[in-house]
Amino acid sequence: MVDWIVFVVGAVIAIAGALGVLAAKQPVHSAVLLVMTLFGVAVLFVSQEAHFLAAVQVIVYAGAIVVLFLFVIMLLGVDRSEDVRVETLKAQRQIAAVLGVLALAELVALSRFHFVLGTKSVAGAASEPGANVELIGKSVFTRYLYPFEITSVLLVIAVIGAVVLSRRIRTSEDVR
Amino acid sequence: MNLVAATTSVPGAWYLAVAAVLFTIGAVGLLSRRNVLVMFMCVELMLNAVNLTFVTFARMLDDIGGQVLVFFTLVVAAAEVVVGLAIIVSIFRGRVEGATADSANILKG
Repeated sequence: MVDWIVFVVGAVIAIAGALGVLAAKQPVHSAVLLVMTLFGVAVLFVSQEAHFLAAVQVIVYAGAIVVLFLFVIMLLGVDRSEDVRVETLKAQRQIAAVLGVLALAELVALSRFHFVLGTKSVAGAASEPGANVELIGKSVFTRYLYPFEITSVLLVIAVIGAVVLSRRIRTSEDVR
Repeated sequence: MNLVAATTSVPGAWYLAVAAVLFTIGAVGLLSRRNVLVMFMCVELMLNAVNLTFVTFARMLDDIGGQVLVFFTLVVAAAEVVVGLAIIVSIFRGRVEGATADSANILKG
């Protein structure tokens, strides 16, 4: 019973926040509602025993990524709200809604039919004794060691890319 | 399906349905909004829906690999946000009005 209450609360928070992101006129409101969705998903993570990921979700997503979003919104000016009535492409919203409904129908249909779930516990059981963090750590540093090392390269590339993209190109007048 | 329900008594299919709804909302937002920042947030929504699917399957299959993959997704999402926001900043530097995807062509040349 408690399981269901936790699930429903988490799901409602997540979906309400997501709808808010979609509908909010101001980008700042979208960002704050995105935090709400992230917390809802974190609740769903906790209820499935993914404690480490729930913590990381709150710290990295809500703490770093959304703050970065808010920083850029403030940098570019908060008062630039989008006029949702203007349509640059004809019938863009209608087509988007139809495509969304189709995608949802396909996902629901997929979940109704029989699908093959593959082998159990390829990388190790999630329910074996030991804390969740311990199991993830063991897996990251043994089976997934090479992907883990490659992510560090990815992060370095991202940092260099951000610096290059946001660098102001100096003209000869700036030097003088 | 005879799957392990070790932790919560809610079947995994319910979590998958929530993830599907979140993904659809993100996709519709990406297609219908024109503010690049909001479009970006919708991409984050879709990534989160996929993360929820991963965690749900990790529970259903009793496999820690799903959670490790979410960890990698988080890293990729962080890198993507850093580079994407840098691109957005360079689109809007020097522009006075409008923060929409239509102005991406000023990056030309």
